[in-house]
Amino acid sequence: MEKEDILLMKGNEAIAHAAIRCGCDGYFGYPITPQSEVLETLTLEKPWETTGMVVLQAESELASINMVYGAGAAGKRAMTSSSSPGVALMQEGITYMAGAELPGLIVNVQRGGPGLGTIQPSQSDYMQATRGGGNGDYNVIVLAPASVQEMADFVDLAFELSFKYRNPAMILSDGIIGQMMEKVVLPPFKPRRTEEEITRECPWAAMGKPKNRRPNIHTSLDLDSARMEETNRHLQAKYQEIKNKEVRYEKVMCDDAEHLIVAFGSAARIALKTIELCRNQGIKVGLLRPITLWPFPTEEIARLSKQVSSILSLEINAGQMIEDIRLAVEGRVPVNHYGRMGGMVPTPEEVAEALKQTVIK
Amino acid sequence: MTTNDIIKPENLVYRKPTLLNDTPMHYCPGCSHGVAHKLIAEIIEEMGMEEKTIAISPVGCAVFAYNYIDVDWIEAAHGRAPAVASAVKRLWPDRLVFTYQGDGDLACIGTGETIHALNRGEHIAIIFINNAIYGMTGGQMAPTTLMGMKTSTCPYGREADLHGYPLHITDIAATLEGTTYVTRQAVHTVAAIRKTKKAIRQAFENSLNGQGASLVEVVSTCNAGWKMSPEQANKWMEEHMFKYYPLGDLKNLL
Repeated sequence: MEKEDILLMKGNEAIAHAAIRCGCDGYFGYPITPQSEVLETLTLEKPWETTGMVVLQAESELASINMVYGAGAAGKRAMTSSSSPGVALMQEGITYMAGAELPGLIVNVQRGGPGLGTIQPSQSDYMQATRGGGNGDYNVIVLAPASVQEMADFVDLAFELSFKYRNPAMILSDGIIGQMMEKVVLPPFKPRRTEEEITRECPWAAMGKPKNRRPNIHTSLDLDSARMEETNRHLQAKYQEIKNKEVRYEKVMCDDAEHLIVAFGSAARIALKTIELCRNQGIKVGLLRPITLWPFPTEEIARLSKQVSSILSLEINAGQMIEDIRLAVEGRVPVNHYGRMGGMVPTPEEVAEALKQTVIK
Repeated sequence: MTTNDIIKPENLVYRKPTLLNDTPMHYCPGCSHGVAHKLIAEIIEEMGMEEKTIAISPVGCAVFAYNYIDVDWIEAAHGRAPAVASAVKRLWPDRLVFTYQGDGDLACIGTGETIHALNRGEHIAIIFINNAIYGMTGGQMAPTTLMGMKTSTCPYGREADLHGYPLHITDIAATLEGTTYVTRQAVHTVAAIRKTKKAIRQAFENSLNGQGASLVEVVSTCNAGWKMSPEQANKWMEEHMFKYYPLGDLKNLL
């Protein structure tokens, strides 16, 4: 690899550059801290002059997500980004996308809540992201990057998964990953799909009806309950397939671990330092980092719960992922939570202290 | 001479547009939607845009518009059709992209999307059916409900103190720099239908030629919601609706 291929940039900037490079057709967004650099970088780069990518500042997050909905229905790779209060507004569009089985990418660079909350980082949208977030029985594919490199890498991955399953995908990041600068190698350029390619790969797209096919109609509405239940069954079968095939996680020093930290995103970075501190004191701690938050690595956590004597769920929130861990562990070992809220970020030392307390217990 | 002897191409004076399929419409007898649908189907055919049209349907009575006109459709969330259309048109610039929306959808819950899509000068056409009531949900007050008009949520009549005033959204649209064509029409007489057809055709051509945003309001009846016969409803519309919503072009820059 050439040295000059390694760049230094913010996570938010990496999202923007990765979008241009991975053949994204359209970005629709509304400014909100701490993610405005995504839209700023895109407007500075002017991809409409190079790849032809559309970039539009919408009038609201509601409009942004519905633009993504329309773009997805028309077979295009489209995305939006926002932060927690904005993503709360987008839930309407996300559930419509799930109901109509439309692809699209939503990036949430989380900040603390509830309400307007704070502009400082948080992971308190875990439940909203992993439970669907809007009305109805549905799930969104959720990827949790833990570095600027993963911010760049997950854009294309999210699009690929989203189109493969015709389901909205989300990158659940936070203000730390979005704002911090790290070295990154941007993905190689991939051209935007041509009209012929979209016609072939997305025969369902609403892009104008040729004489030889039925109209492509995208809706989540069906007043016939029996048919609507069938639609729901189809969706549930799809979610099960995603659960079977798309679970992603990373394990660090789990082989000899007697205690396990489960943490995602920036919390996993803090956990790495905590593990080092603990191991220096003879406490064998390992890390399981879910990369997909939905589907959740339930089976791997269940397996590890037969090896370790305690599990700590480290989250920058009041304890949300801990529910998924406990469902996986089924009471075999104690599962505790440590976290901070309101934009406060735990230090590795205080996590180590919390871990020791639970170990002694 | 039998009926079959008469059915010859040279005797054809009128036919249903091919794009309008045979699905029985859910609209109430006397409702204006049917006429508006037929005009749209006719115009798309006359323009030769059958294979290049992407239509956006609303939430409201016209939510099922996609069942009747055989083009590609995207059904938008309530009020969001102009946002959906904005993205679709920008991503498929050579397509005919239009939304079809009612007053609750366009002038209430979707006011923001309507004004901003029009003001950005999106090359889309918006067909706005204004019948001053929420039809699909059973006749509730709409943003365009007239003063004194009774609905199921203003059963004693619309009063300024309680409900505020009817929103003249089409007048607002005409003041926006992004709009090139804003007009108000109706479909209650043959002459009115002809004018509306001309208006929708121009709006569609503007979209296709990238000439900014167009809004065609069709002042309509909801005889079921208004609790009138279709004939009474047409008369009531002429006497009351047209006073608030006078017909004619509000803006035409082309």
